[in-house]
Amino acid sequence: MRRLVSDTLVIAERNLVRLPRSPDLLVAFTIQPIMFVLLFRYVFGGAIHTTYGNYADFLIPGIIVQNIAFGGFVTALGLEEDLRKGLIDRFRSLPMSRAAVLAGRTLADIVTNTFSMLVLLVTGLIIGFAFNTTVLEAIAGVLLLIAFGYAFSWVFAFLGMIVSSPESANSLGFIAVFPLTFISSAFVPTQTFPAVLRGFAKVNPFTIVVNAVRYLWEHGQGVGVSNVWFALAWTAGILIVFAPIAVWRYRRAAVR
Amino acid sequence: MGYGAAIQVRGIAKSFGEVRALDGVDLEVPAGTVLGLLGPNGAGKTTLVRVLTTLLAPDAGSAQVSGLDVVTDAKELRARIGLAGQYAAVDENLTGLENLTMVGRLYGSGRSAAKRRAGELLERFDLLDAAGRPAKTYSGGMRRRLDLAASLVAEPPVLFLDEPTTGLDPRARRGLWEVIEQLVSGGTTLLLTTQYLEEADRLADTIAVIDHGRLIAEGTADQLKARIGGSVLEVTLESPESAPAAIAALDGLGDGEPVVEDGLVKVAVAERSGTIVAAVQRLSAAGVGVDDLVLRRPTLDDVFLALTGHAAEAEPA
Ligand SMILES: Nc1ncnc2c1ncn2[C@@H]1O[C@H](COP(=O)(O)OP(=O)(O)OP(=O)(O)O)[C@@H](O)[C@H]1O
Ligand SMILES: [Mg+2]
Repeated sequence: MRRLVSDTLVIAERNLVRLPRSPDLLVAFTIQPIMFVLLFRYVFGGAIHTTYGNYADFLIPGIIVQNIAFGGFVTALGLEEDLRKGLIDRFRSLPMSRAAVLAGRTLADIVTNTFSMLVLLVTGLIIGFAFNTTVLEAIAGVLLLIAFGYAFSWVFAFLGMIVSSPESANSLGFIAVFPLTFISSAFVPTQTFPAVLRGFAKVNPFTIVVNAVRYLWEHGQGVGVSNVWFALAWTAGILIVFAPIAVWRYRRAAVR
Repeated sequence: MGYGAAIQVRGIAKSFGEVRALDGVDLEVPAGTVLGLLGPNGAGKTTLVRVLTTLLAPDAGSAQVSGLDVVTDAKELRARIGLAGQYAAVDENLTGLENLTMVGRLYGSGRSAAKRRAGELLERFDLLDAAGRPAKTYSGGMRRRLDLAASLVAEPPVLFLDEPTTGLDPRARRGLWEVIEQLVSGGTTLLLTTQYLEEADRLADTIAVIDHGRLIAEGTADQLKARIGGSVLEVTLESPESAPAAIAALDGLGDGEPVVEDGLVKVAVAERSGTIVAAVQRLSAAGVGVDDLVLRRPTLDDVFLALTGHAAEAEPA
């Protein structure tokens, strides 16, 4: 157990020190989310009608969740690369904890996700977003997003362990992430969706987490506190399923 | 079971679907010696290294490294081995120093001890000047040296190097050979895979030849050379197009099948006397133009040819 903690920290550090050296990753974690906020707020925002006083209040929780999903690509691609370049073989030949390579990677994701969230919140505040609840609820919303992001990182860790090339990581990821983020309440109210999509959106964990955060930050109309409990359940469920199977794949991973 | 065997392999088999990568391999490497595992592409070298370094569970057979079973004692074993895989496994975004420090900490050292050890290794592998640069700026030879340094972080008594010099230019290769020679002079047991006979000849105490997942010969370089006994007839043709005709003409002259390698037609022959005359007669009767013709003592290359029927230094598939 002590090994798991110390090895995880070593790997997390390894994944974080590279960030300032990789301009493309910095762009992915800062410029790209800001671009999405501005695009949605000013291109689509005028045409989208919500019950919120301000589209920014509606949008920011959705954008943050979408950003967590896209940020996961970096994890999947990074692990795929580690595998392809034989680094995973080196790690597996070391007397280190078997779970640490993935745990370290996902721990580093907490840092990058939190950083991106801060960038998005500051951008949001500039374009009219505001927290309209208590400080405690606002903080609870932030923590919920961090927890959900952490759980989701394990989905991408698993993806990185099973794909056979960066291209397939990309396309598999897009196929999973686009429907999940767009057929949800992240950017638009779901009432106008056709019945089938509305049904999907309703059970989509992205909708549930976005609505939970809207409750915690805005007390938005039509979203109740029950979303928070469901969001926590989804977070725990994803973690319980994907962390073990990702580690299981890691144990038997081979260079391709 | 030999006391003092650092690596002991019994009947190891491993298949990937239809492919029998290892088909019952037996090996023994005495402590403090170097075994050169020689074989062409796809022979099963990497698979054997992966089994012995606990990365891959065998389908059948057993193996001990440093007295520990590779399957049941995998965890303890990992603390006692070093591995430099076929492709230099360094984190390109980290500097040389950071790479080695990370590996040291994953072996369980504290940060400052790991850093100190990393510094020693960087100096020994002539990487001090590049220590602060991300590894992606390193040349192929520097990456290989960094990878080798990473395998030595914990001063393992048993070391596995999978084709350590493949892809290096001759100078870098000789440089790495010197480093490896220094290493083993300190008593490290080494299993080294290679496609280069010259490399096995120079570095290894014992050579094991592997092909299609089976050991087909084992011994010192001299023993292996003695195995094909006599000599090798080498014919340089005037035009490469006449190779098939030359092979047909020389068939049955020696002990082995005539083969073409590096543009030469080669035949292993047991009896020296009369060979040259017979060869010239056969070739001229077949109308094959000959540029040069020699009868020489065998090299390891010839051993491989005689054992497997094909050349060892095959082009990568
Ligand atoms: N993970 C794998 N999945 C499927 N087949 C594999 C796998 N690893 C190895 N093989 C197959 O097993 C055989 C032996 O491969 P191995 O990598 O051990 O050869 P090698 O001697 O190291 O060759 P090279 O000189 O090219 O590195 C090959 O036919 C290869 O295609
Ligand atoms: Mg190989």
